[in-house]
Amino acid sequence: MDKTVNHKAWFLVLPVLVLVAFSAVIPLMTVVNYAFQDTFGNNVFFWNGLGWFEDLLHSERMWNALGRQLAFSAIIIAIEIPLGIFVALNMPKRGVWASLVLVLMSLPLLIPWNVVGTIWQIFGRVDIGLLGYTLDAVGIDYNYTQNPIHAWVTVIVMDVWHWTSLVALLAYAGLQSIPDAYYQAAKIDQASRWKVFRYIELPKMAGVLMIAVLLRFMDSFMIYTEPFVVTGGGPGNATTFLSIDLVKMALGQFDLGPAAAFSLMYFLVILLISWVFYTVMTNLDKRGG
Amino acid sequence: MAKITLDNLAHSYLPDPKGPQDYALKELDHDWEDGAAYALLGSSGCGKSTLLNIISGLLIPSQGRILFDGVDVTRAPTAERNIAQVFQFPVVYDTMTVRDNLAFPLRNRGRPESYVAERVAEIAAMIGMEHMLDRKARGLTADAKQKISLGRGMVRKDVNALLFDEPLTVIDPHMKWELRTQLKKLHHDFGHTMIYVTHDQTEALTFADKVVVMYDGRVVQIGTPEELFDRPEHTFVGYFIGSPGMNLLPAKIDGRQALVPGGTTALSGSYSGLTGNIQIGVRPEHVRLSRDEGLPVTIRRIEDVGRHRIIRADLMGHDLNIIAPEDQAISSDMTRAVFDPARVNVYADDWRVKAA
Repeated sequence: MDKTVNHKAWFLVLPVLVLVAFSAVIPLMTVVNYAFQDTFGNNVFFWNGLGWFEDLLHSERMWNALGRQLAFSAIIIAIEIPLGIFVALNMPKRGVWASLVLVLMSLPLLIPWNVVGTIWQIFGRVDIGLLGYTLDAVGIDYNYTQNPIHAWVTVIVMDVWHWTSLVALLAYAGLQSIPDAYYQAAKIDQASRWKVFRYIELPKMAGVLMIAVLLRFMDSFMIYTEPFVVTGGGPGNATTFLSIDLVKMALGQFDLGPAAAFSLMYFLVILLISWVFYTVMTNLDKRGG
Repeated sequence: MAKITLDNLAHSYLPDPKGPQDYALKELDHDWEDGAAYALLGSSGCGKSTLLNIISGLLIPSQGRILFDGVDVTRAPTAERNIAQVFQFPVVYDTMTVRDNLAFPLRNRGRPESYVAERVAEIAAMIGMEHMLDRKARGLTADAKQKISLGRGMVRKDVNALLFDEPLTVIDPHMKWELRTQLKKLHHDFGHTMIYVTHDQTEALTFADKVVVMYDGRVVQIGTPEELFDRPEHTFVGYFIGSPGMNLLPAKIDGRQALVPGGTTALSGSYSGLTGNIQIGVRPEHVRLSRDEGLPVTIRRIEDVGRHRIIRADLMGHDLNIIAPEDQAISSDMTRAVFDPARVNVYADDWRVKAA
């Protein structure tokens, strides 16, 4: 096929190029620039090579934050996925109740993240929060601002409250796509409830569950707003996850060099893990095809 | 295997049915004989799937009883009835191998593994899938999957009946023929009671010993393919079976003569005292074109379907189909149609009337 040559077309692309350059490419390149340079002020920079990256790899603070981050993501996925499936299995399949439950389930997803944080920050306070006050009243010495374990539990419960609906809705969509004939055949084959789940429901949900895991992983791996509002990363550094640590470093201490190196590595980690997920998912599909 | 008896059975999906129009399945008494192959034939929404689901126990009828060999199973759950069902869309357990699929119903019933292995081998040979036992069921073709679900039904030796709910809908045409032949052979070799739901008359007529034709929630005729063709008990049977279906013409009956639009035609017997909406029915196969005798017709078009020709004609404003043998010459002066008197049926209010 002959190509039409029309260089004027480039002018039509120009606005979007400018937009992307200003909103993404130039800031990103600035970050890359900072990652390899150092300064003593007055806008004088000198080349630092891989210095910041080496510092970072030897920084206990970064490794601790990464460890906390991975632990947090692992815990919430381990809770939200099974819980979401359980909820989806028990949701009504059709009728008025189905619509009502769907609306109720989507409510937490519609709340802005900082509001979620504020809700739980107040909810958990021992003086005025319903949860904190009640726990205190029944004799549990609950205080998420002092006790690291309480802080962790609060942040995790908050995330579970906020995001289990998403997993449940995805799993529910997977379940709804199973024709009735499968359940009827299972009855005829005298399959137990567990076997129906294991051999009919779970395989049919596998695709959406992979997406749910991926979404929850990426989202929780960059979690910032909610723990920042509730605990501010504390007590101590107990709930300082990667993004909180990064913001502290970049904006609190204004260590732009190390923070830039940090961002790049953060980005690479997410890219790596997403790539692993992608590969696993496409392999699953291939086995399926 | 068992004889299945339907006793005064009816079903309505409404909680409080008022009249006959509320019933998806109208009152029905019928014995499904042990070891026979039945086809349940009817258009969509005629109640055939409802009937099948009642037999398999997925649905509890609003009235009446269903008995297996005289034992009342009306309220027994599906698993207790020992029936097997093959669904419209292939139902296989995707993540299992073909072998595990076939073994599934036996393992669920706690049969010893040696027995399971032996039965699976037998069934695999029967459905011709020995060479792919260790493959995952996922990714097999639709007809292979249907064979697996058929095999899963037959793997239990004590199965009372095999039910098929339009099992060939998603199968390629050339595989349909093979599967149907295989089913017929399995029935011949093992003698299961088989009930086969379909809206395809070819499938019904080639598969079954007896065809049960349903219309509007009612069984209108139960008979051999031959009976359905020669003596349709209801105008629906005449219209539904045959390609094209039976010609129906409004008529007045006078003894051995029927007065139809355009003239009279002879009947094989004498009828008297008929009331209601009277029609005569004659199959296109039993009408021939003629030059000088019979009723005046206008030929609208001729379709050559290979082994014969279908003539679409008009008789005083009524459609009339005629099937002419391939070797018969048709000329433009053939403007009359003759009915074979022995093959003309008389209907009063859609039901066939016997000659006095």
